[in-house]
Amino acid sequence: MASFKPTKIQVYPKLGEKVTQDTLYWKNYKAPVQIKEFGAVTNIDFSPVAPHNYAVTAFTRIHIYGPFSQEPVKSFTRFKDTAYCGRFRSDGQLLVAGCEDSVVRLFDVSGKVALRMFKGHTKAVRVTDFTSDRYHILTGSDDYTCRLWDIPNSTELTSYQEHTDYIRCGITSKLNRDLFITGSYDHTLKLFDARVNKSVMTMDHGQPVESLLLYPSEGLLVSAGGRYVKVWDLLKGGQPLVSLKNHHKTVTCLCLSSNGQRLLSASLDRHVKVYNTTNYKVVHNFDYAASILSLGLAPDDESIVVGMTNGILSIKHRKSSEETKEISGQQKRRPAYRVFVKGKNYVPKQDDYLVSKPVKQHLAKYDKQLKRFNVSKALDTALETWTRFRKPEITVAVIKELDRRGTLKNALAGRDERGLSQLLNFLVGNLVDPRFAPVLVPATEMILDIYQSVIGQSPVVDVQLQRLQDLLEREIGYQQDLLEVLGMLDTMAKMNTSPLTPHPPT
Amino acid sequence: MVEHGDIRVVHRGGSKINFREPVLSHDSRLLLCASGECVKVFSSSTEECVHDLQGHTDLVTGVLLNPSNHLQAYSCSADGTVRLWDFTDGILIKVQLHCHHVSVQPLSVSVFSLLMCMCVTLTRLLSSSQGEYIASAKGLHLEVYFFKKQKFSLKEDNKKGAKNTFTCLSCHPKDDCIATGHEDGKIRLWRNFNHKREYTYSTLHWHHSAVSSVRFTPEGTNLLSGGVESVLVQWRYNQETQKDFLPRLGAAITHIAVSPDGELFCTAHSDNKLTVIQSCVKVSAVIQGLVKGESVRTDLMVDPRSKALVLNGKPGHLQFYSLQRDKQLYNLDIVQQEYIHESGLQQFEVVKAAFDTRGNWLATVEERKQKDSTLELNLKLWAYDEQTQSFVLNTTVSGPHEARITAMCFCHTADSQTTMLVSASQDGHFKAWQLESNHYFYEGPFWSCDFVGAYHSLVPECCCFSADGSLLAISFQEVVTVWSPASWELLTTLSQPPGAIRDLCFGRQSCSKYLLGTTAKNLLCCWNLLTCTLEWSTSMDVSLLLSDPLSENMAAFCSHAGCTDLFVFKPSEPRPLFSHKAICSGKVTRAVFAPREEMLESCEESSQWLNRSQLYFLTQYMVNIPLVIDDSVAVTPFYLLLGKHRQQQQEKQDRSFSAERNQLPQGSVAIKELLHTPAHVLPSASFLCSMFVRSLLISEKKSEEEEMESDKEEESECEMEASTMGQGQTAEAQETAAPALTKAQARELRRVKKLDHSWLSSLLDS
Repeated sequence: MASFKPTKIQVYPKLGEKVTQDTLYWKNYKAPVQIKEFGAVTNIDFSPVAPHNYAVTAFTRIHIYGPFSQEPVKSFTRFKDTAYCGRFRSDGQLLVAGCEDSVVRLFDVSGKVALRMFKGHTKAVRVTDFTSDRYHILTGSDDYTCRLWDIPNSTELTSYQEHTDYIRCGITSKLNRDLFITGSYDHTLKLFDARVNKSVMTMDHGQPVESLLLYPSEGLLVSAGGRYVKVWDLLKGGQPLVSLKNHHKTVTCLCLSSNGQRLLSASLDRHVKVYNTTNYKVVHNFDYAASILSLGLAPDDESIVVGMTNGILSIKHRKSSEETKEISGQQKRRPAYRVFVKGKNYVPKQDDYLVSKPVKQHLAKYDKQLKRFNVSKALDTALETWTRFRKPEITVAVIKELDRRGTLKNALAGRDERGLSQLLNFLVGNLVDPRFAPVLVPATEMILDIYQSVIGQSPVVDVQLQRLQDLLEREIGYQQDLLEVLGMLDTMAKMNTSPLTPHPPT
Repeated sequence: MVEHGDIRVVHRGGSKINFREPVLSHDSRLLLCASGECVKVFSSSTEECVHDLQGHTDLVTGVLLNPSNHLQAYSCSADGTVRLWDFTDGILIKVQLHCHHVSVQPLSVSVFSLLMCMCVTLTRLLSSSQGEYIASAKGLHLEVYFFKKQKFSLKEDNKKGAKNTFTCLSCHPKDDCIATGHEDGKIRLWRNFNHKREYTYSTLHWHHSAVSSVRFTPEGTNLLSGGVESVLVQWRYNQETQKDFLPRLGAAITHIAVSPDGELFCTAHSDNKLTVIQSCVKVSAVIQGLVKGESVRTDLMVDPRSKALVLNGKPGHLQFYSLQRDKQLYNLDIVQQEYIHESGLQQFEVVKAAFDTRGNWLATVEERKQKDSTLELNLKLWAYDEQTQSFVLNTTVSGPHEARITAMCFCHTADSQTTMLVSASQDGHFKAWQLESNHYFYEGPFWSCDFVGAYHSLVPECCCFSADGSLLAISFQEVVTVWSPASWELLTTLSQPPGAIRDLCFGRQSCSKYLLGTTAKNLLCCWNLLTCTLEWSTSMDVSLLLSDPLSENMAAFCSHAGCTDLFVFKPSEPRPLFSHKAICSGKVTRAVFAPREEMLESCEESSQWLNRSQLYFLTQYMVNIPLVIDDSVAVTPFYLLLGKHRQQQQEKQDRSFSAERNQLPQGSVAIKELLHTPAHVLPSASFLCSMFVRSLLISEKKSEEEEMESDKEEESECEMEASTMGQGQTAEAQETAAPALTKAQARELRRVKKLDHSWLSSLLDS
C-alpha cells in the first residue's frame, strides 16, 4: 500500500554569488599572507625566469620576494627618494627602477649597488622598462618626456616630447625591439617607433591614463584610466574595441592571467575584477581592505600579489591539488565503503529461495512525528537550534505542512516561555524573508492570537515581541519606500511606452 | 461487404463500483459488485473483470449471494426487477418483477417479500444469521424486529450529543449483539436487547469522524470498521483493546464486506475503488474504476502515448484511464503530499493539465485556496521517462501567477526543437514558458519563463496555438488577440462584440487559416486569418467547441432547452457534416476526440468524421452514465454469425435471432462473405465449428436442461412470472417465425433462447 509521503522541503535557489567555473578557479586560493611595507606599494613585477621572484616597489625601497618566502630575498635601498616601477629584464638578471629624484637606476639582481645611473630627466621618473632586445631602457617622466637609453654606454638615445602632461605608464613591445607605448595624464596613449623620431599612433582614452597592458599577441592594447578600462585594436590603427566601466573609482593596475583568457583590473575602490576576454563580462571579484595601487599575477596564476595604499602587500597562493582534496575529504567524512556493502553483495545460488524484505522507508524525525500526528512534537523538532539556523526552509516547510493539515494552531499553542521565545526568535530572523513570508505571516498572526493573554507575564517573551514589532515597523517603512519608487518608475515607463508593448520577461 | 450502422451514443463505462457493498463468493475467488446497470464479477486475485452481468435497465441497487446455492446471486435494481444469476458463468437464470421501487438490500430469501416493501429511508438493515430478528437504524433510532415472537422492540438512543446519529450497523453472527457506527466516530455494541428496556451497550472509540461501515467476520471473532480516515480497523470481539490497523487505503471507506469463509475482506472506497484484503490485514488486490471527483476540473485529454483518457481523479492525482478496456491504467501523483483524510480540510487539487503533441511533456497546475489566506498555485512540468515508462517531475514553479490560471496549452508543432507552454491567468497576464538546456544551478533541462504579456489589463480567458505553432490566439473578454510566438509581437486583434469569448479553437489541416470562437452571447464566429476578417458567424448557444486533432472537423455542443445537440462541421463549409438533436439531456461539460486504434474506411458522408477518431463526452447530470461515445459499428459477417451484438440491445437481438438462424443455411450474402474471406483473418476452424455444431444441437439437449432447471427452481411464483414474460417475447417473435404456439411450446422456445444466450455470452468472454 502507499507509504507515507514525506514533507516536501522547498528548494530555493542560493542567493548571492553564482557558482561558475571561474568562481571555483578564482576561489581556490589560500588565505592571504600580509606583509607590511614602509609605504604605499606602487609596483609589483614578477621575474620571468624560474623561481619567479617578484620585485615590490614601496616608498624608497625595492624588495625582492621569493615565491613562498614572507621575508624579502633581496632589498634595494639605495634610493634618495621614493622609488618607482622596479622591473625585471626578460632574462631576470637586471632590474631597472625610476625615482622621485629623476635618476634611473639599473641593478644587478644579485648585486646591491646600482650598475648604471641614467641622468637626464628633470622630474620624477615614474615609468621604466626594458626593450625586447635587452639593450635599451625606456623611461617616462613627469617632465612630459619619454626617453630611450642605451645600457652598455649608459647614454640617452632618443627623447620624445609629445605628451603634454605627466607620463605615468608605459610598456614596451615583447616582439619588436623598437616599439613602445606610453600613457599620460593628458588622456592620450602614444605608440612610438624608435626608428622614427615621432609617435606613429595616438589614441584618446578620455581620462588620465594610469596603466597599460599589451596582449601576448600584441594586437590588442588595454588601457586603464579614471573609472574606465578600454581595449584598443592596434592592428586596426588604434580603433577602440570595448570600454568597460565596472569600478567606481580610478582603475590603477591591469594584469592578464597566465593563459590570456582573463583580464584583471585593480582599482582604488578596493576591488580586483576578473573579466572574460572574449565577452568582457566580469566573472569574478576580489575584495581587499584598502585601495589597491598595484597587482601582480605569478605565472600559472600560482599567486595573486596585491599592493595597497596603506603599505600592505597581500599575497594569495593557489591551493595545491592535495590540499583541495584534503579539505573536501574532511567535509564529507562518511562511513567506510564496507559498511554499506556488508551483507548486500551476496549473490544467491541457483536453488536458493529468496525471501524479499520490504524496503524500510527512511523518514526524518519530524516526518515520523507527523506520521503519528504528533504535531507539537514535529514543530519542536523542526525548531531545534541547528535546523532553525542552518536550514530554516525545513522549519518553514513543517509549519506549512501543519497549516495544510489544519493543525498549526494546536501545534503552536501550549508552549512555555522557552518554547515561545525560541519560536519568536525564529520568526524575528525569518519573517521578512520574501521566500518564507507567505507561510510565516499567518503563523505569526496565529501566535499573537493565541498568546495575547500572556503578554506582560514574561520579560523574555516581551523582549522578543518588541523585536518583532520593531522589525515589522521597519519592514513596513521599506515597503512604502519601495512602492513610492515603483510609482515613480511606472510614470516614467508609461511616458515612453504605449500600453500595447509587452512587458519584459520577469 | 461492410455495412454501417447508424451513429449512436453508447455508454462506455466508468460507472461506479462502490455504490453498494461488494459481495465475495463462498470460495473467495470472485467478487460481485453493482456497477451502474449491470453487475460486475471480478476475480479477487487477478483484479480482472470476469463477467458483466447485464440485463437490468436501471441502476442496480443491491447484490446478494443466494443462501441456498452458493453459485447463484440475486441482484435488485431500480427498474423494479430482481434477477437471479449464475455468476460463475454469467447466465441470467430468473427474472422476478416487482412493482415497488426496490432499493433496499435484499437479505435472505425467507424475508424477501417483506424487504421488498420497505422504503429507502432506512439507513441500514441487517438480520442476524439465525434469522431471529432484523435490525434497522434510522436517525437516532435503532429498531429490532423479531420474527419468531412476532413483536418488535423499539430503542431510542440517548440524545445528549447531537452527533450520535446511527450511520451503519452489523449483527453478530452468533451472539445477540449488534454493533452500530455513529456519526461522532464511536462504535456501540448493543446487548441484551430482547428484554425490553434492559438493554446494555458498550462503546468503542477510535475513529475521529463518522464510522461509515462496521462488519463482523463470519465467525464473530473480529469486528471491522472503517470511515473517512481510510484506515481499516480490526477489533477483537470481547478484547476490544486489541486492534489491528491497515492505514493509507487511499480514500474514505464506504463499505466493508467479508467473504463467507472469512478469508478475505473487501472494502469499497469513495474513489470508486475496491480493495481486497487478506484476513491477516494485508492488501492483496486493488480494483480501481474511473474516479470521479465532485467535478472534472482538468479537461478530458488523451495521452498521445498510451491513448488513455486523462483527467483528475483522486485528490491530487491524475488518472490514466484506458477507454478500450474500461480500466484505470495508473494514477500519477501530482501533489506528492500526504493526503490527510479529514473532512472540511482544503486540499491541493489538480485544476489544469496539458500534454504536448508527442506526449513527452505534461504540464499540471495544482491549487489550494484557504478561506482567508492567499491562493497557493504550483505549476509542474513532467518529462516522460522512457525507462520507467512514466512521467517524472522536471520543474516546479511555485506561484507561476498571482491568480487562478484560466487556460494553459502547449505549442502543437511536432517537429520544432523548442517546446513552449502558455498559461493565462486571472491576474491579467499570460506567460510563455520555455525549455532551457542548462543553468549554473540546476542540472539538465528545465523550464523557465520566456515572456509575460498583457492586453489592456483585461483578463485572458482562453488560449490556443495554431496547428503549425506560428500563431497564438488569446482571448481577452470580447477581444481575440493574435500573437507571434517567435517574436512576441501582437499581430492583430479580432473582436465580435457583444459577449465575452468562451471558447477558442484554430482549424486544423486544410482549414488552418480559420480561427473559431464562441461567445457568451450565443454566437459562433469564424475568422479568416489571412484577411483578418469575419468569415461567417451563426447564432447558436455553443457550450463546448473542440477540434479533432486528426482531421479538419470541429464538434460543437449546443445546449438547447435542457438537452444538448451535437454539430460536426468543417470551418470551410457552412453546412454541418453531421448533426444530432438531443444527444443527451443536460449540459455536456467536457468532451474529447480520441484517436481510433485502427482507421475505419467509411464512405458515408455523415459518418466519415468518425473514421479517425471517436468522440467521447461527459455529461453533467448523468450520474451513472458519465462517459458516452459516438460510435459507428461496422456490421461484418462475423458480426452476424458470432453475434457480437451489444448487450444493451439484447431484446432486439432475441427477437431477430430466429430470423437470422433461418437465413444461415440458405447461402446468404453473409455466408458467401464468410467463405470468401481469407482464411488467415478467420477465427480457428475448431472454434467456429464447435460453436456451429452446438447451435444445431439445441433440441436434443433440451430435456436434460429442463431437469437441471427444475432442480434450481424454488419459487413457483417466480417461474410464473418468467414464463409470462417469455410469452410476451415469443409474441414478438411470432411475427417473423411461426403461427401461435401453445404454452408448452412457448416454454420450450424460452429454453432455446436461454441456451442460445449462454452460447453467445461464452463467446463474448472468449
